[in-house]
Amino acid sequence: MANLTLPPKPKNSLYKKTKTIIILILVAALYVWTFLSIDIDWARAMERAANNFHRVIPRLFDPDWSAMGDVSDKMFETVLIAFAGSVMAAILSIPLAFLAAKNMMGIFSVIGKWILSAIRAFPDIILAVLFVVAVGPTAFAGVLAIAIGSCGMLGKMFSEIIEQIDMDIVQAMQANGANRIQILFTAVFPQIIPEFLSYAIYRFEVDIRASSILGIVGAGGIGTMISFASSNRNWNEMGMILLAIIIVVSVIDFASAKIRSKIV
Amino acid sequence: MTNPKNSIADKKTIPSIYPTKTKLQVTVIFFVILALYLFSMKKTTEDMVNGLDGALGNMFRVLAKFFPPNFEILKAIWNPMLETIQMAIIATTIAAIITIPLAILSARNVTTFKPLYYITRIFLNLLRTIPDVVLAVVFVGLFGIGIFPGILALIIFSLGILAKLISETIESVDMNPLEAMRASGANTLQMIWYALVPQIAPQFTSLVLYVFEINIRASVILGLVGAGGIGLTLNQQINFYNYPNAMTIIIVIFITVIIIEYISTKLREALL
Repeated sequence: MANLTLPPKPKNSLYKKTKTIIILILVAALYVWTFLSIDIDWARAMERAANNFHRVIPRLFDPDWSAMGDVSDKMFETVLIAFAGSVMAAILSIPLAFLAAKNMMGIFSVIGKWILSAIRAFPDIILAVLFVVAVGPTAFAGVLAIAIGSCGMLGKMFSEIIEQIDMDIVQAMQANGANRIQILFTAVFPQIIPEFLSYAIYRFEVDIRASSILGIVGAGGIGTMISFASSNRNWNEMGMILLAIIIVVSVIDFASAKIRSKIV
Repeated sequence: MTNPKNSIADKKTIPSIYPTKTKLQVTVIFFVILALYLFSMKKTTEDMVNGLDGALGNMFRVLAKFFPPNFEILKAIWNPMLETIQMAIIATTIAAIITIPLAILSARNVTTFKPLYYITRIFLNLLRTIPDVVLAVVFVGLFGIGIFPGILALIIFSLGILAKLISETIESVDMNPLEAMRASGANTLQMIWYALVPQIAPQFTSLVLYVFEINIRASVILGLVGAGGIGLTLNQQINFYNYPNAMTIIIVIFITVIIIEYISTKLREALL
């Protein structure tokens, strides 16, 4: 055993060491700042929790079945909002994706990439706040919020798909004298459509979750009932709403996973 | 969508790459989706007072009310914005700690005891179906208005995502070091610490940063239901019809999200 020695450890350069130390100090400072300045009124929160616990938690697990009709109506509306929004987003994001794809637009793709990341920085619900003011507190405000909010991510995914296509086919068609439209329809589209659809369906899953909360700011769907139930402290109804969301989201996740595995 | 485009190609006697049956299926699916879309558009716009055209014309007029943004309130929204970031930091840290046992339990290659694996998986899947704002509503009902329910909601919400992503990372590790250690008599904890942790540490940090980005976006909106942070201020300004102030808050949120995402993306690129 005596002459078995471990290989020497790789020597860290001074630069690397100082970098690690600086990062560690920054992270430590961030945490010190966070935990020193955060202000939680523990006594009040705990007192309220002790008072409310038996009023909230048991009732959540005892859903109000009489509200099932209303809840399923609103849940259906939520699904419709998500569907209309996703389809709109899928259509809107195609031109944006071509604008942001490097192999299609060359240097101008930077503009498209900036537009897409600007859209992605807006949370859906903030867009919903804007659209509720603009078109009134209706389900259509939710559709617009979902459509604009989703085309940021969809456009990014789509442009990455476009960037990965086999350019040999495009060049072969160019060499044969095809015009740009012909190239688009016969060389580009067949390569990207399955993955486009797969991402669009995936985004529909995400949009179901997003549209179920948009109602909190007045943009229609089940969120409207969430905000009523919480302001009336009707936790039995909230239990029913939660149950509906969990069931619908699980079913759609499952169906979408099945469809996507078939497409791609 | 596929079919009309392919039929253009067909006219030029190029043999189609798709069989007739597929084309028929795609046509049917296309029309079903179109019909569903028209139906949902009709349903979602039917309770609008002026109809679609009135609303779209109105939209730009109303949106103009948000401009110019009132930058004088920047000083007042500085604190809620920092509070929002702090909420996200605390929630991400706590979620990252709690997620470790959950992720190990829901990784197929480490948890060989099947029932435990399936129970954790189902639990995490259910957790992920509940939207963050709904969690915040419940916790606000329980603990009252403030940042504490917001942090709790963020922890639970990010736990579901983080545990799933990390368990997938664990499932894709190289099992040879673990087996070598077991062969030389290491116990499970030693195996996890010496063979598993070094393999997943970079991905773990990267995923935690990614979830931090998600938490920043989520914490921005939790205030809309009373769970602290900048959303609370935004909600107040909207309710007072104080649109220029609201626009300033929206711009501040926008810039913060972009800066944090930029830093986090750079850090993640350096890590992997």
